[in-house]
Amino acid sequence: MDHYTLFNPLIGGILIGLASLVATVLSGKIPGISGVFGRLLVPATPDKTWRAVFLLGLIGGAALSFVLWQSAALYRPMRPLVVMAIAGLLVGFGTRLGGGCTSGHGVCGVGMGAKDSIAATLIFMGAGMLTVFIYHRVIQ
Amino acid sequence: MKAGKLFLILVAGSLFGAGLAISGMTDPARVIGFLDVFGAWDPALIVVMAGAVGVYGLGMLALRRFGSQSLKLPLASASPIDRRLIIGAAIFGVGWGLGGFCPGPALANLGALRVEALLFVPAMAIGMLVAQRGFGADR
Repeated sequence: MDHYTLFNPLIGGILIGLASLVATVLSGKIPGISGVFGRLLVPATPDKTWRAVFLLGLIGGAALSFVLWQSAALYRPMRPLVVMAIAGLLVGFGTRLGGGCTSGHGVCGVGMGAKDSIAATLIFMGAGMLTVFIYHRVIQ
Repeated sequence: MKAGKLFLILVAGSLFGAGLAISGMTDPARVIGFLDVFGAWDPALIVVMAGAVGVYGLGMLALRRFGSQSLKLPLASASPIDRRLIIGAAIFGVGWGLGGFCPGPALANLGALRVEALLFVPAMAIGMLVAQRGFGADR
């Protein structure tokens, strides 16, 4: 898997779907990353342990993959750090306001055919495409 | 949650992180390439989504039909497409297009101590706290 082909995203996507399925069965919740992480920041959340363990696993599994496969380790930063900080604020605020991100709405919600998740996914993809267009044509 | 279940959650989290890295979604150039529909478009993200949505959707369908009664599976949300959803998703999309990170890949890149992730993740936590304080954790 050192050479990147379209099998990489296919295998990766299947792993993400499988992992989400297992986490759904074990937690009884829809394991979207923004919800899992955001609720860890709420003191009153009763089920913090599995959330923390799931996210630690995510970081560890990615770290191991970066070491094992050259194609996974490929990383090309695109934006200055100040833009990354602003992007982080918007992603955090928007995902918790909209009730999900690429995994909770995009994978789990769309996978179950939830209308609000399909709408959210179309909106964040459209807004992302428009932002990239403006950033590349106007700002950069 | 018991230790055995927590271990399986750790495995699931690891598979999720490995999936993000193997699929190339931890590379912001690939994500921005997908969003750059008027530039050199990169289809990888839609292949990831198709694989993940297919496995999750079929898996949930099979579990509901053939799974044990004792499984407590969450229902698909019946929430309306309201102003909160539309505005939140749009703001998320702008941040996603700006940085090329959504929450999963941002956390995954902490695993390589990448400076963009070390900056993005605390900023994301602040954004989440503001949204949750102002509007509640549940949509």
